[in-house]
Amino acid sequence: MIYKQKVGCKLENLKPLRDFIRESLALHGVHELHISEIVLALDEMCSNLMIHAHHCNPQDLFELQIDIQPNKPVVFEIIDDGTVFDINQFDEPALGNLIHDKRKGGLGIRLVKSIMDKVEYSQRNGHSICRLEKKVRKGVE
Amino acid sequence: MIHIKRLQEDGTDVVALVGEIDASSSIDLDLAIAKSVGENFTKILIDCSALEYISSAGLGVFMSYIEEFKEKNISMVLFGMNEKVSNTFEILGLNELLLIASDKAEAKKMLA
Repeated sequence: MIYKQKVGCKLENLKPLRDFIRESLALHGVHELHISEIVLALDEMCSNLMIHAHHCNPQDLFELQIDIQPNKPVVFEIIDDGTVFDINQFDEPALGNLIHDKRKGGLGIRLVKSIMDKVEYSQRNGHSICRLEKKVRKGVE
Repeated sequence: MIHIKRLQEDGTDVVALVGEIDASSSIDLDLAIAKSVGENFTKILIDCSALEYISSAGLGVFMSYIEEFKEKNISMVLFGMNEKVSNTFEILGLNELLLIASDKAEAKKMLA
């Protein structure tokens, strides 16, 4: 089953986007703690995209697709026309450095890499695709 | 969307977070803590019992104050987190860097 949502690049759209992700995964009985981790990682990826690639222009749209198949990792694709912000090119900053510099940002990359199993970038039909994979558990175990 | 309520109890500033903190609302958390610091509170409790969600933008706000709190001898304790919110702090190891209590009574003890 594939779920799709188009999103305008304004930060107020993050909340309905999180609801969309939660609801789609819950329909397939994904474990609640996994849902909350996935929501966190995708929130991070999408807010980065809105802020850094689209400067929060609400007219710019991107699409989030969630592909859930039995016994396979869930695949998330963020499909966009804008500049790619490739987190694989950035090292996770050490927590100590962030604290010392009193920085508010920089945690997100760490977070996405620790939650998702795979983050890959590609081009398809003129679009930039960020593909994330996560093996999930079902139900309360 | 986040609502932030501040109230003062015995010289301690209690900041209650209600709702969700993400990239659109982390500025409100930042302002509330900055206000508390600006009003010279040295004991700050963060009530997370009605906090439903926090993204890395919100975590970053807490982290950005760690150094300043050390310099100014301010102690801050967070309490009342639900499992999902506390898991978010743990993923990044912030539970090792911030003082986190299960409830208000324990949080008050940790302030002393």
